[in-house]
Amino acid sequence: MSNGAESAELTLNALESLVTARLKSGSMAYYSLLLLCGVAVLAAAAAGIHAMVVGHEKFYNVYREVPWGILICTYVFFVVTSTGLCLISSIGHVFGNQDFMPIAKRSVFLSIATILSGFFVIAFEIKIPWRMAVYNVISPNLTSNIWWMGTLYGIYLAFMFAEYVFLLLDKHKPAVFCGFSGSVAGIAAHSNLGAVFGLLMGREFWHGPYMPIYFIASAMMTGCSVIILFHILGYKVNNEEMSASMKNALRVTSKVGVLLISVILFFTAWKMLSGIAGQPAGKYEAVMALLFGPYSLNFWVGELGLGMLFPLAMFLGSKGTNLKMMLIGSLAMVVGIFVMRYDLVVVGQIVPVYHELGVNEYKHLLSYSPSLYETVIALGGFGLTGFLFLLGEKLFDGHKVEEHH
Amino acid sequence: MKFFKHDLEHMNNEGMENVPMEERRRFLKMGLAITGVFAGGTIFSTMSVMDKVFASSDDFTAKYPYKPHYGMIIFQNRCVDCERCVAACGETNHVPHEGYRTRVLMKEMPDAVGLKREFIPVLCNHCNVPQCTRVCPTKATYKDTTNGIVMMNISKCIGCLTCQEACPYNARYFNEEKQAVDKCNFCWDTRLSKGEKLTACAAACPATCRVFGDLSDKGSDLFKAVHQLERPVWVLRPEAGTKPNVFYTKDTAAVAFK
Repeated sequence: MSNGAESAELTLNALESLVTARLKSGSMAYYSLLLLCGVAVLAAAAAGIHAMVVGHEKFYNVYREVPWGILICTYVFFVVTSTGLCLISSIGHVFGNQDFMPIAKRSVFLSIATILSGFFVIAFEIKIPWRMAVYNVISPNLTSNIWWMGTLYGIYLAFMFAEYVFLLLDKHKPAVFCGFSGSVAGIAAHSNLGAVFGLLMGREFWHGPYMPIYFIASAMMTGCSVIILFHILGYKVNNEEMSASMKNALRVTSKVGVLLISVILFFTAWKMLSGIAGQPAGKYEAVMALLFGPYSLNFWVGELGLGMLFPLAMFLGSKGTNLKMMLIGSLAMVVGIFVMRYDLVVVGQIVPVYHELGVNEYKHLLSYSPSLYETVIALGGFGLTGFLFLLGEKLFDGHKVEEHH
Repeated sequence: MKFFKHDLEHMNNEGMENVPMEERRRFLKMGLAITGVFAGGTIFSTMSVMDKVFASSDDFTAKYPYKPHYGMIIFQNRCVDCERCVAACGETNHVPHEGYRTRVLMKEMPDAVGLKREFIPVLCNHCNVPQCTRVCPTKATYKDTTNGIVMMNISKCIGCLTCQEACPYNARYFNEEKQAVDKCNFCWDTRLSKGEKLTACAAACPATCRVFGDLSDKGSDLFKAVHQLERPVWVLRPEAGTKPNVFYTKDTAAVAFK
């Protein structure tokens, strides 16, 4: 399926043997990893369905005051990643910057894989997901950010899927159209996800215009790290030497990554300072918990260290050419960004709504730690992304991109 | 300008003793008038702040858009935490053991003069600008257009729990039996729609701590309790901007300052 004309002439039998041959070409390590990811997905599905049937409250650690836990964090992480992949890759194949061209196919494929992982996880977080399918359509609430986010992400997924198909068929024009529409839908959907948090008046840590803006910048930062990580891994899976244009694409991506890490460092600094200066009620307690309280390890080591400063040093040190440093940097960044999403969701809820009232029941900050089932389902999301990534590498032969000059 | 300066410099001081009485009075009056304007302004601005704090500014109270416009005022000092309201609510509305629609919170001040603790009953505030209904993706929760009660249509609830995040009053919980979020509806289905005048909690309270009624009825006890200046009236979390219909007050303070 290396080009459109050839694939159009393929018979079904030939296609089948081609795909089988590709899938059989993996090493033992490849199959072991594929199996591991598959098992993670199955375990997550089993845990999720069990919780759904028996009752979520018996297996999840979320409760009345902290209704959103690690599953929402994981969902946010995956949709942030998907949007970032879509946006960064569109710089090349939608907006015509040749340097970014080589990363297009794999990134679009991964943006589909990650958003499906997000949907997979949220399906087990929402208590009655089948009602959503019905009433999102017949009883929409247009003032609800959740409604817009869900609907726009549905449209986004359709565009990204169509875009990938057009990229496979090497139909450039419709691919650009779908890529552009997907980017627009992605930005709209993702800023709405930010607004799900940012427009809640009673939650001071989240409230304000910061969240939708931060979400987009953060998505692009995540996109850079995931593109670097999965491209280097992809070449390892296929055991191939990277072409000069691909190396150049990753070099440019790491440059954009450095820029976006700086942007998020700037955002984070002002977010923290605005939470401390004047001790704003509700926000101050949350920010202090993050900086010096129970979440300080998450913040300083996870968010700041792994998520931003270490990858910044790695990317700068690699000069965009040392792939090993870039691999380590991007891996640390992905872990750090997950911690960022966890803190963003959980710390936003730890100040009880009646904290200011000074009553005994809500004098102290609330706490949350994920249960076994929640952890297994969250890991299943990662398993699904890993599974689809590994499968995609063989099935689509390393997502090779034709040059368009 | 030059001449004016010249005139001023060459003027003789006439001295206070030469100012006629009438002139003095005029000057004093002017001073009082200026002070009065400033003082009046200050008092006026204090009053408007007061209105905001007590959520009963004229433009808000003049408009009770629902008929009847259900609301409640809680006399905080009367509550002794007997929790009959919580029990009556649970029984009437089949609230499962792990959840609650109303609750009594306790505030303790060991160093306080006089009373050392007080109790604060809380429930859904049936806000005029509800956050929960805005965020619900499927209109499973909505503000009733007739009586202003924030209702649940449980068959539409997808269980995303965004309403729980949005509510500044922690008034919502997920009811596993109903497979939907549950909340206070002022006993609409269990009492009011059947002709009862009071909610279960208000009817069960032995101390008339909870006064339930129709804010659009100027003759109602609720309206009179909210619209007066002798006792302060406030709402919880006014900064959330939800314009609640549950008010709080206390009977005139019993502590005498010597």
